Amino acid sequence: MSTTVKSSPAIALQQVPNAKGRGKEKGGRRLAALFLAPTIIGITIFTLVPIVASLTLAFFRWDIISTPEFVGVDNFVSIGADPTIRRAFLNTIGFVAVAVSLQLTVSIGLAVLIQSKMPSWLRTFFRSAFFFPLVLSAASVSIIMSYLFNQNFGLVNQIIGLVGIPAVPWLTSQAGAMVVIILVYVWQNFGFTFLLIIGGLSSIPVEMYEASSIDGATGWKQFKNITLPLLSPTLLVASVMAIISALQIFDQPYVITRGGPGDSTRTAVMVIYETAFKQLDFGRAFAIGIVLTLLIMLVTAVQFRLSRRFVHYN
Amino acid sequence: MTTLTENESTAARGRGTTPAPSRKGRVSGRTAGRAAILVVATFVTLGPVVWTVLTSMRPPTESLGAGGSIFSGGLDFSSYTDVFQQVNMWLLIWNSALVTGIIAAGQMFTAALAGYVFARIDFKGRGLLFSLVLATMMVPVQVTIVPVFMLIRGMGLSDTLLALILPAIPTAFGTFLMRQFFMGLPGELAEAAAIDGASPFRTFRSVYLPLAWPGLAIVGILAFNFHWNEFFRPLIMTISEENFTMPLGLVSLQGNMGTGSVATVLAGVVLSMIPALVVFLFGQRYLREGLTAGINK
Repeated sequence: MSTTVKSSPAIALQQVPNAKGRGKEKGGRRLAALFLAPTIIGITIFTLVPIVASLTLAFFRWDIISTPEFVGVDNFVSIGADPTIRRAFLNTIGFVAVAVSLQLTVSIGLAVLIQSKMPSWLRTFFRSAFFFPLVLSAASVSIIMSYLFNQNFGLVNQIIGLVGIPAVPWLTSQAGAMVVIILVYVWQNFGFTFLLIIGGLSSIPVEMYEASSIDGATGWKQFKNITLPLLSPTLLVASVMAIISALQIFDQPYVITRGGPGDSTRTAVMVIYETAFKQLDFGRAFAIGIVLTLLIMLVTAVQFRLSRRFVHYN
Repeated sequence: MTTLTENESTAARGRGTTPAPSRKGRVSGRTAGRAAILVVATFVTLGPVVWTVLTSMRPPTESLGAGGSIFSGGLDFSSYTDVFQQVNMWLLIWNSALVTGIIAAGQMFTAALAGYVFARIDFKGRGLLFSLVLATMMVPVQVTIVPVFMLIRGMGLSDTLLALILPAIPTAFGTFLMRQFFMGLPGELAEAAAIDGASPFRTFRSVYLPLAWPGLAIVGILAFNFHWNEFFRPLIMTISEENFTMPLGLVSLQGNMGTGSVATVLAGVVLSMIPALVVFLFGQRYLREGLTAGINK
């Protein structure tokens, strides 16, 4: 399997030889055009044109029926002015900060633990178990979790009731609802971060640990001085990917809380959806989408800037 | 991604790399602690799924309040017949299978063609075109979905299954993956084929394509899993229930049932999980490889 996705620069540099001269080269070009057509035309129609349309129509007021009316930057200004939209962005940023930190912490912890001595079948079992939620649909998971966190008959309250904690209004209180969204999201997605970190951990040479044990370093000290620094490139990639996907959260809050109670779990993508398809204010929906995209780009840029300072590449 | 795949094998050989502390008593204490954390983590990860399966097999009247033991009352499959009466389950299954199957096949087809060209056929502007394709991967679906919805509406396809299928077939990620794959195959094969007088198409069809199945499997499985579970696009693109896919149908069933039988909804959820489970059991390796592909690009 390792050969399947291995990129080999030596081979990449080679080109299809045009041994038979011109006719062959022309045939190659015709083939290239024919083979690329579905993908290039498809991406143009369904991605590039929509991007251009978004960028243009974000400056118009448009309800899809009447003719678009140019409004300048009004749509962008209204994002800051509308309390619901502003709240949604703040929610999203708060959600990302907590969920991604939690996701990274849980993943690093479990990845380190799974490296300890154990039979390989057991390691495979743990790894598969942590990966499993990833293959489920976020919608199904959200349905399940909304039952589990139900205040009156949910299993979660029953379990914490065993140790005497009174029933928590998970989904009917503002803070509780956000906690549930975070937990459900992390539950389903930490397996991916975990997978990346396992890969990073196993590339740390065993000798590094051996050398430091001779110097008397153990446990936490080794983790801090060897594991974390050498893992930092992986952690950077993992956190960028986790942040990008967390910024786009929609399914969980839509299914579990519909954004409530109040606006407490409304997210950026939810307001794009509602502004476009409930309020039929398409121009504003485009503007929100652009702001979200810029946020994603900004996060990525900042992270790579930071990485130059503290990430150790070996 | 090269490193990642190689890491896997290093990992398999050299696990247990974190050295155990020297004193014996502390070792066993620490080992027990570690084992406990892993067991709890496994319980938390698999628990909700096990609970779902068990609850779906309880008598509907009992499942409303989750009180009482899960194991009491024996197995009862009436929720499974129930869910077929509450919603048109066969239609949901059919729609999901059709949409997902066509998207997966379409992505495999278009990605194989485009990936092959980007890997093996040189032409002016190839690098630029490929960068453009890659760049589109960074734009979130949520941003393009509204214009796509308008395009689809303009094409007269709104509220059809085609509205879900067509925009999902061109795949930047699949193209990237297949390009990597074809680049990993030896270039000598093309030279040999050219010497034998094979046309460029023939070289693709008879020499490279038959070797590309593992890569295509990754693209296909990833597409299948993603689109089978997809909720956001179907929510926007379909209006009438006869065009719903499974996740959408289940969420609307949950809404309609209100405080009705939990077991009925969960029976539907379990049914929708079956393909995911199959993918997990038989295609997990492909899935893992596809998900981590391109990390080290």
